[in-house]
Amino acid sequence: MANIMIRKNDAGGLVFYLPKRDLEDNIASIEFDTPAKWGGELKLASGGTYYIEPQEAPARLPVSVRAKRVDAPE
Amino acid sequence: MSTLTREETESLIQEVLEVYPEKAKKDRAKHLAINDQSIEQSKKCITSNRKSLPGVMTIRGCAYAGSRGVVWGPVKDMIHISHGPVGCGQYSRAGRRNYYVGTTGVNTFAEMNFTSDFQEKDIVFGGDKKLAKIMNEIESLFPLHKGITVQSECPIGLIGDDIEAVSKKAAKELNKVVVPVRCEGFRGVSQSLGHHIANDAVRDWVLSNRDGQHFESTPYDVTIIGDYNIGGDAWASRIFLEEMGLRVIAQWSGDGTIAEMENTPKAKLNLLHCYRSMNYISRHMEEKYGIPWMEYNFFGPTKIEESLRRIAAFFDDSIKEGAERVIAKYKPMMEAVIAKYKPRLQGKRVMLYIGGLRPRHVIGAYEDLGMEVVGTGYEFGHNDDYDRTIKEMGNATLLYDDVTGFELEEFVKRIKPDLVGSGIKEKYIYQKMGIPFRQMHSWDYSGPYHGFDGFAIFARDMDMTLNNPCWGKQTPPWKAVKPAEEVKAAA
Repeated sequence: MANIMIRKNDAGGLVFYLPKRDLEDNIASIEFDTPAKWGGELKLASGGTYYIEPQEAPARLPVSVRAKRVDAPE
Repeated sequence: MSTLTREETESLIQEVLEVYPEKAKKDRAKHLAINDQSIEQSKKCITSNRKSLPGVMTIRGCAYAGSRGVVWGPVKDMIHISHGPVGCGQYSRAGRRNYYVGTTGVNTFAEMNFTSDFQEKDIVFGGDKKLAKIMNEIESLFPLHKGITVQSECPIGLIGDDIEAVSKKAAKELNKVVVPVRCEGFRGVSQSLGHHIANDAVRDWVLSNRDGQHFESTPYDVTIIGDYNIGGDAWASRIFLEEMGLRVIAQWSGDGTIAEMENTPKAKLNLLHCYRSMNYISRHMEEKYGIPWMEYNFFGPTKIEESLRRIAAFFDDSIKEGAERVIAKYKPMMEAVIAKYKPRLQGKRVMLYIGGLRPRHVIGAYEDLGMEVVGTGYEFGHNDDYDRTIKEMGNATLLYDDVTGFELEEFVKRIKPDLVGSGIKEKYIYQKMGIPFRQMHSWDYSGPYHGFDGFAIFARDMDMTLNNPCWGKQTPPWKAVKPAEEVKAAA
């Protein structure tokens, strides 16, 4: 489990940031993206996958959440 | 010598690595790379932010250097106690030329060294009492100070002093901000962790101090974050931000004050110059206070114009107009500078090895002068720095991370750049090798280099160094091969 921060970039896409590893990457897809259920598997542009517990969509970004590394080349 | 091809660069790296033992070779190979603009993520080609190899010459600093020297040091109206033995503070005192306005020793203290001067008995019995006493002494000797930071040196962490408790108590007694910073030198692999620790200390002890208090704000409040005012850099940036109609409410941390830092959460936009040392706090403010941040680059007119337009895009039309007005105003000035120096510098090749943001930020300024950067590297950069660098550098140029003294020397010998830009530790080696050198950490005691005004100085300095007649006098007259006619005339 690691703390990650999700923010919006200038183009409006989601950006994944893992402070511990200074890993910054665009999020290619997010499993659930509705106001009531948000999160699930995050697919990164680099091909890695992280998982965040589905939750209510945050009122505003950026937001810090706990994430699990499912499959990421490290 | 013309630019190397990809294969030549590859063989150059292999050749340089040849001298290392097997294990060291394997490790160092990961830190040397050939730039390939098609790569999106730097970790595919270069490893960074790893522990330096024992036995090689590295020019990295420590966490204390990152916190006391870089982030906290320039905050001028606070007193920064180098808590521990005397050397760390004394030998790094005032070396970075962070300019500020004020009377040193009365209401500003950035150039001074305050230390708890640890002795054996402090190590044995702990230094907390001494620290408390120092704070009282500071209060009576320098009543105009606005706060104290405790910058831990290595022994503090080793003996386990509770500087937080002392600081909290002192803060109550003095009714001022007292910030304990756990930046012991042994933490992390370089000064980079010191930046992070310092940022966390700002977040925990300073940033929320004025939450809920009234602040006379305007829609155009911005802050300059991560500009340490080296040789006046932040001032050179600030003047035209103000000229385009913005109000700069805080400078972090060159010529900065604790009040400005506390007011930062009231800003509308954080302008981030040194990404490496201050991105942490910018990200935090974005999350907690919803202040957007943006990286800008004030080296060289091309990048400045680009940055100004991007900054203006955050605001209404009056600022956008302001940006265009400022760009138009300085354009003839910049054209004159380029017209004067470009013919003298055109086609010259530069190798850089610096820290922080400069290995990528100054590339634009060199390109404006018609020069080419053929190699660059960070002392303590992370992956995200290299992500940003790859796009700025040409294909098949060299990237080197935490390069060792030997490697850089060999690279320079083979690539034969016309100019090397690095720190004071490298300066005299290359000058003795007959290669023009600029000290790019503190601008070789010149500056400012940021902004339009800075570019004129930058261009002049590069010309002054590169076209200095001394480079043609490397061979002493008695060893010089005289042209035939001259010999005849003498006979």
